[in-house]
Amino acid sequence: MHAFKDSGHIFRLVAVFVVGIILFLVIRGFLVPKSFGEYGHYRGNAMAEAAARPINFAGHETCETCHVDVLDKKKDGKHAHVNCEACHGPLAKHADDPASVQPPKLDTAVLCVKCHEANAAKPKSFPQVASADHSTGLACDACHQPHSPAITDGGTK
Amino acid sequence: MPGVEGFMYPNEIELQWSVLIVLYPFLTGLVAGAFILASLERVFQVQAVKPTYRLALLTALAFLLVAPLPLQLHLGHPERSYEMYLTPHGTSAMAMFGFVYLWYLMAVLVFEIWLDYRRDIVVMSQSTTGWKRWIYKVMTLGSSNISERALAIDERVGWVITLIGIPSAFLLHGYVGFIFGSVKANPWWSSPLMPVVFIFSAMVSGIAAVMLLYMLIMRLRKEKIDMRCVDTVARYLFYIFIIDFSLEMLDLIHRVYEADESFRSLDFMVHTKLYMSHIVVQIMLGTVMPIVLLALTQVLKLSATARKRIYVLAGCLTMIGIFAMRWNVVIGGQLFSKSFLGYTTYKMGLVTREGLLMAIVLTVLPLVILWVLVKLLPPWPEKNSGSLPGATPAY
Amino acid sequence: MSITRRHMLLLLPAAAVAWKYVLAGSPESSPNYTMSQHWWSMLIDLPKCIGCGNCVRACQSENDVPDGYFRTWVERYHRTDYDIENPHVDSPDGAKDGFPPTKEAGGDNFFVPKLCNHCSDSPCTQVCPVGATFISPDGVVLVDKTYCLGCRYCIQACPYGCRFLNPKTETAEKCTLCYHRITKGLTTACCEACPTGARQLADLKNPNDPIHEFLKTHSVQILKPYMATHAKVFYFGLDGSVR
Repeated sequence: MHAFKDSGHIFRLVAVFVVGIILFLVIRGFLVPKSFGEYGHYRGNAMAEAAARPINFAGHETCETCHVDVLDKKKDGKHAHVNCEACHGPLAKHADDPASVQPPKLDTAVLCVKCHEANAAKPKSFPQVASADHSTGLACDACHQPHSPAITDGGTK
Repeated sequence: MPGVEGFMYPNEIELQWSVLIVLYPFLTGLVAGAFILASLERVFQVQAVKPTYRLALLTALAFLLVAPLPLQLHLGHPERSYEMYLTPHGTSAMAMFGFVYLWYLMAVLVFEIWLDYRRDIVVMSQSTTGWKRWIYKVMTLGSSNISERALAIDERVGWVITLIGIPSAFLLHGYVGFIFGSVKANPWWSSPLMPVVFIFSAMVSGIAAVMLLYMLIMRLRKEKIDMRCVDTVARYLFYIFIIDFSLEMLDLIHRVYEADESFRSLDFMVHTKLYMSHIVVQIMLGTVMPIVLLALTQVLKLSATARKRIYVLAGCLTMIGIFAMRWNVVIGGQLFSKSFLGYTTYKMGLVTREGLLMAIVLTVLPLVILWVLVKLLPPWPEKNSGSLPGATPAY
Repeated sequence: MSITRRHMLLLLPAAAVAWKYVLAGSPESSPNYTMSQHWWSMLIDLPKCIGCGNCVRACQSENDVPDGYFRTWVERYHRTDYDIENPHVDSPDGAKDGFPPTKEAGGDNFFVPKLCNHCSDSPCTQVCPVGATFISPDGVVLVDKTYCLGCRYCIQACPYGCRFLNPKTETAEKCTLCYHRITKGLTTACCEACPTGARQLADLKNPNDPIHEFLKTHSVQILKPYMATHAKVFYFGLDGSVR
C-alpha cells in the first residue's frame, strides 16, 4: 500500500525488536529452573535443599537412648527439663560415633554461671546466686551434682 | 558499639543500601527529567526550547546506559541478575526494573533518537569514511529512504513515541519511588507521596542538567547561547521546582502534625545526623536558594550575563540539592532503628566496590558517554545553529 | 556412666541406621514428612527467659551463622514504672555471651528473645524481585541460597530486623526454624538448648501440640501487630514497651 512504501525502515526496527523478544522467550524456556512454580513463585527444590543441612545437635531423645542412667538421675531433680546439649553442647557427632568422638569435659566453674549468675532481669523465682560470694572460690560441682543439683547431704559426684 | 547510639536491632547496625543505591535514582531521575524537557518541545509545542531537544535526548540516553551499573555493582550476585527477566515476582516493585528499563531504552529513547536523527544518519553513512561509516551504516538498518514522505512518517511516529514516552518516563522513575514508598516497615520511606516526589525532583534535576550542559557545550564550541531557549528552560525549571518544594513541604508538615510513633526518632535524626545533608544542603542550598534565584530572574529585568550566571549557579545548586534528597531518603532511611530507640552510622568505603570512588566514576561516566554520543550524533550539525534560525539574538 | 551390654545390642543398630540418615541430610525430602500436614510456629514464654544466651550460641553452632550477624538474639529491657514509651534496651553482641549485670534498679527488667516471626503475610517475601524467598507450604519462611541475588530488599522490608546479608554467601539469610531439623522430627537448635523451656517449637496443624491448650488458657501477643504481618511467633507475657 502507498502508506507503507516509505515506512519500510520503521518495520525493520520493529522486526529487530520482535526478533529480540522471540529470542528472549526461547532462551527463557531453557533457563527457568525446572522446579520453579511447583508450590508458588519459587524453586520447589529449595525446601529439600534447606532440609539437607547436616545436624549438629542430636536432641535429648537420642542422648537418652544410651545414657539411661543419667536420665534416671535427672528426671526427679530440678534439671529434669534441661536438655543434655544445653550444657554439653552439640553432640550429634558423638551420637553418630560414640567411641571415637568424646564430648569434652565441662568446667562447672564457667558453665553454671551462664544461667545461674544473679541478674536483676532474671525472673525472681529462678535460682540465681552472686557467684563471687556464693561458693568462696569453689567450683560448682564441689557441692552440686549437675544432673541432680539439689544438695542432699553435702554429696558430690 | 562504635557508631551506634542507643539501641539498634543487632542486624540493623550495618547499612544495607550504599551510596550506589543513592546514585541509581539520581541517574534515572536525570533520564526522566531530560526526557520531559525534550517532550516539552515535541508534544507541547514549546518551540523556544527546540535547541535543547536533541541534547536532552542524548543526555537521557547517556545516563540511562550507565543506570544499571550501580545496581549490578551493589548486588551480592550480579551474575544472577538475569533471574529478574526469567521469574519476575509480580508483587515486587523491583521486579519490573528489567522490563521497564528495556522498554524505555528500546521502545522510547532509542526509537525516538533514531527517528529524529535518521536523516543525518543516512547522510553520514554516505559521506563519512573509515570505521565511522560502518557504525552509521548499521544504524540505518539498511534503509536509505529519506524522502519527504518517509521523514513525515518519522515525524508522526516520533510524536506518538514521545507521547508514550512521557508516562514511560514517569514509570521508569516512579517505580523507584514506589520501591521505597511501599515499605511499611520503614516510616521514613513509607508514603504514597514518595513516587510523586521522586518524579518531580527528577524533572527538576533533569531540566537543570540539560540547561547546564547546553550552556557548557555552547561555551566550549564558542557559540552563542540562545537566551530565549535558556530563559524558557529556566522558567519551566522554576515552575516545577515550586511544585516539588510544595510536595516536600506537604510531607514535612504532615509528619510534624500527625507526630506518630516514629516522629520523635525521625525528628531527632533530621536535626542531628542529617542536619548538614537535609537542612543545609537539600533544603537551604538545594531548594530554597535556587527557587529564590530563579524567582529573581522572573521578577527583575536582568541582563543576559546576569541571567546566565544565575542560571548556572541555580542549576548547580539544584543538582547538588536533588542528589542530597536521594541521599537523605536512602541513607537517612537506614540510619535509625526500627525500634525507634537508636541510630547507626554510614561507613562509606572509599575504594571498595560500593565506595565513594566508584560513585564518582559512575557519575562521570555518563558525561564521557554523552561526549561520545555528541560526537557521533551531533545535536547541532551546522555551526552556529545552537540557536533557532531567526532567534532573538542575545542582548 | 554404666551402659549395659543389653542396651548397646538393642539400641545401637537401630539408632545407627536412623541416625546415619539424619546426619547425612539427603537432598530428597525426608520420608514420612508431608509438608501439608504441618504449619510451624513458635511459642515464647517470656517469664521463663533467663537471658542465658544458650539459644543464640546453639543457633550459631547449628547453622554456621557468621560472627556479628544473628538469626536469633535476646534483648534486655529496662522499663521504669509507667513509662512504656521509653524503655532502655540492650543486646550486647546479640546476647551471645549472655548479659552483664543489670545495673538499673527500680521498674521492670526482663529479657525478650527474638527471631524471624515466619509471618503468614510476610512483607519480606512480597518484595523479593525473583522469588528467592518464600513461605513454604508448611509455614516456614525460607531463602533459596542458590537463587538469591543479594539485592537486600527483603532485609529492608522486614519490620523486625531479623534478616541480614551473609558475607560469605552474599545472599540474604535469617532463621530457617531449623528446617533441616523439624522436617526430621527434631526440635529447633534454640529450643533444644533453652534450659528453661522459654522457647518451644509448635505445630499449629498438630491437634496434640501443647500450644493449643496454651493458647486457650493464656493471652498471647505478637510483635508489631499493627504491621499486619500475621506473625507466627507467639509471646506470652509481652510487655507493652517491647519494640
